[in-house]
Amino acid sequence: MDFQIALLLGQDGITNGAIYALLALALVLAFAVTRVIFIPQGEFVAYGALTLVALQTGRVPGTLWLLMIAGALVAAIELIDAVRRSHWRGVPMMLVWNIAFPGALLALLRFAPLQGAPMPVQIALTLAVVVPLGPMLYRIAYQPLAEASVLVLLIVSVAVHVVMVGLGLLLFGAEGSRTPPFSEGRFELGGMTVTAQTLWVIGCSLALIVLLYLLFERTLYGKALRATAVNRLGARLMGIPTALAGKLSFFLCALIGAFSGILIAPITTIYYDTGFLIGLKGFVGAIIGGLASYPIAAVGALLVGLLESYSSFYASAYKEVIVFTLIIPVLLWRSLKARHVEDEE
Amino acid sequence: MSPGRVLLAFIVLLGLAPFVLPEFTITLANYIGLYSLVALGLVLLTGVGGLTSFGQAAFVGLGAYTTAVLTTATDLPPWLAWIGASAWLALLAGLAITLVFAVAIGMLTLRLSGHYLPLGTIAWGISLYFLFGNLQLLGGFTGLTGVPPITIFGHAFESGREIFYLIWLFLLAGIVTVQNLLDSREGRAIRALKGGRVMAESMGVDTARSRLAIFVLAALQACASGWLYAHMQRFLNPTPFSLAQGIEYLFMAVVGGAGQVWGALLGATVITVAKQWLQDLLPKIVGQAGNFEVIVFGIMMIIVLQRARDGLWPVLTKWVPLRVRPRAIDPGVPPLARRARPPAGETLLEVKGATMRFGGLVAVADMNLAIAAGEIVALIGPNGAGKSTTFNMISGVLAPTQGEIRFRGQLLRGQPSRAIAALGMSRTFQHVKLLPMMSVVDNVAIGAHGRENPGLLRGVVSGAWRLERRDEMRLLAEAARQIERVGLADHMFEAAGALPLGKQRLLEVARALAADPSLLLLDEPAAGLRYLEKRALAELLRKLRDEGIAILLVEHDMDFVMGLVDRVYVMDFGQKISEGSPDEVQHDPRVMEAYLGGVE
Repeated sequence: MDFQIALLLGQDGITNGAIYALLALALVLAFAVTRVIFIPQGEFVAYGALTLVALQTGRVPGTLWLLMIAGALVAAIELIDAVRRSHWRGVPMMLVWNIAFPGALLALLRFAPLQGAPMPVQIALTLAVVVPLGPMLYRIAYQPLAEASVLVLLIVSVAVHVVMVGLGLLLFGAEGSRTPPFSEGRFELGGMTVTAQTLWVIGCSLALIVLLYLLFERTLYGKALRATAVNRLGARLMGIPTALAGKLSFFLCALIGAFSGILIAPITTIYYDTGFLIGLKGFVGAIIGGLASYPIAAVGALLVGLLESYSSFYASAYKEVIVFTLIIPVLLWRSLKARHVEDEE
Repeated sequence: MSPGRVLLAFIVLLGLAPFVLPEFTITLANYIGLYSLVALGLVLLTGVGGLTSFGQAAFVGLGAYTTAVLTTATDLPPWLAWIGASAWLALLAGLAITLVFAVAIGMLTLRLSGHYLPLGTIAWGISLYFLFGNLQLLGGFTGLTGVPPITIFGHAFESGREIFYLIWLFLLAGIVTVQNLLDSREGRAIRALKGGRVMAESMGVDTARSRLAIFVLAALQACASGWLYAHMQRFLNPTPFSLAQGIEYLFMAVVGGAGQVWGALLGATVITVAKQWLQDLLPKIVGQAGNFEVIVFGIMMIIVLQRARDGLWPVLTKWVPLRVRPRAIDPGVPPLARRARPPAGETLLEVKGATMRFGGLVAVADMNLAIAAGEIVALIGPNGAGKSTTFNMISGVLAPTQGEIRFRGQLLRGQPSRAIAALGMSRTFQHVKLLPMMSVVDNVAIGAHGRENPGLLRGVVSGAWRLERRDEMRLLAEAARQIERVGLADHMFEAAGALPLGKQRLLEVARALAADPSLLLLDEPAAGLRYLEKRALAELLRKLRDEGIAILLVEHDMDFVMGLVDRVYVMDFGQKISEGSPDEVQHDPRVMEAYLGGVE
């Protein structure tokens, strides 16, 4: 390997690593706030990318039908709940989000000529279709089990992952797709060629991380999430509903996932089941951070990206084996650090 | 109906099945048997031990590929080739390899929280799958062919009908083994994992070891299933050993009922039959080909976890009138060996200058305390005084930041709770920690866990094949004795969770006594007890004192404390403010100030 190739692989590794870092942050967030180990994180990546593809080819994306069904399901659950408790205050707003919003989106996508719409509009629409699936998913699958053990929540996550992959095949078919890059162009940077999309990925990832930081530091909702992560019961006693914190964190996870998918769709071909492996690599990063530290998780995820890129050069068939075996020294290190036996939640 | 008869009827039906069922059904039944064997391991791991694994399919693959390579390869070095002469030798080789891998993966994650094991197994499942697919030796993604059938005394098990017997024999042996194991001393330790590791460790259970034992056992069962699969199918490719299949195994265990051994069989049957049916049906409905049945399974799984956490087996057993007789307890068996009683007056516990800091907060500062054999000592103080922290330092749950704690002359320095328990210190908990679904006698028997220690391997093997019934009877007889002692004899076989709180506290005392302690630590034993129960408890504690046991109790009930104890330590704001006889302490102005507030 000469210097040129090393630089090229490093660039690849950092690009992928930036995506893994975003996903790792989302995973740490979901675990801290809800104790859910969010295996389906990767599915949002695939859903985001493939929804954008559908919009660009002028089709109504399959995820929209999913959004309508999930919305109807949530509305039904909430209505039953409202009848049982005779508590109607939140119902109109709930119906707007779960019934009217998907309906309006359908009308828009059906009748507006969006095929040639500018990229930012297409991206915004993609997010509008995919992101609400996050909180809906929380309401349907996780909220009834909010007090269950980490183990039960993990098994639910795996079940949700399986369902979402199956639905992905149903909605998008088995073929893979790519999208055109955000902007064409290449730059010469210190003797190596950098594509514009690479810069988009790294820039957007950094921007998103800064936005998340501002959200947690400056806004009331962000602080509520942090409080819930520190102490669930305490936060609830201070008037932060667990369900709100859960939906909010899943909203962010879905947003990060879908946006990551949009970012990498021009770089790699995305299939309905591609997301799983991408999400798991984010997981390796998150585990390096002990599912608790945001900065270590992000750095760990970058490391995963680089390791993957360089091992694909030396032993491309064993790329996945090498990346997932990385988890062994990580676990060993964490294990040696762990001292006392503690009860699990 | 007794469970034995139902089992017998089931075995007879199994024996007849190959004579009457069509080929297709036999093949299906073979798969059900193979899957059940894997799911059985997951029942032990998930339902009983509170852990889980998504990587079981990889262990199945390890068993299958080991035997396939050994029995088909022609260019093996001589030191290996002899194993390939018989499928049975290859089975042993596969089990040995699986053992090594399972111990390695298990060791890595055992000291961490429970969710690291499943995450580790996901990574392991993916890695091994890609290895299977890429190693030339294993035939890559195209696979290996020409695996010979299994032979016994020259007879080859070639047809599906023949291997049917072998598969179901393995499965029944597995079920009986697991059931026996759960009903033994090691099994109780395994079941205690779900009640929280702090409790189990305080009772002398090495929880990391118990976790490792069930993980390895589950892996070995998966490996055996893989071995059978390879010799039934006669060719191999990596697909059945993917992570997706590993997830499906977990679905089987959870849907069937992850807490019961027969749930594995039920779950495997339901999922396998449903899969067969859905794979025909769904592609016709949606108009394209693909594994859409996973959508149904996933949704089914979520509904089961939300609505019927214990799976389908309990639903099924509601219709079958099974009567399970409680185990007879023979009081005539020779009692367990007791530790030598320290002579009255010997100092058992000495706390010198113990300090506990949590970051900037000093929870306990420079605490001194001593207890001698044959006395009852109380530690009292207002809420937040540092009593529980002191208690946790003594019992080894917390390691003091400064100072030293000696028990029977031995310095306690970061030993795990179970090592301290082995020295003769036993405790109860402020918030009762019991296994609510287990009977009172089984709960108390956990306390006696550390009194006999045959070693893990012997414990598991003898438990699984009922070679330790005599020792087990002695353990149970001891538990029964302690239950009678605290006055719970009428509740011996009830589920612990069904008792009122006061009785649960007495149960904890019995469990602590079953460990044969020299020092008994009681955390608010009288809370929730009624007047008569309190009197009985005080009576019991006096009797224990007269036997030479030292007792340290934290208690808020002053009537109970002052009439019972020999000496009192009073703490406030992390410091000892007074000590002496109950009378002296009650008249100490500092104590009055702490409890009643100062005179302005």
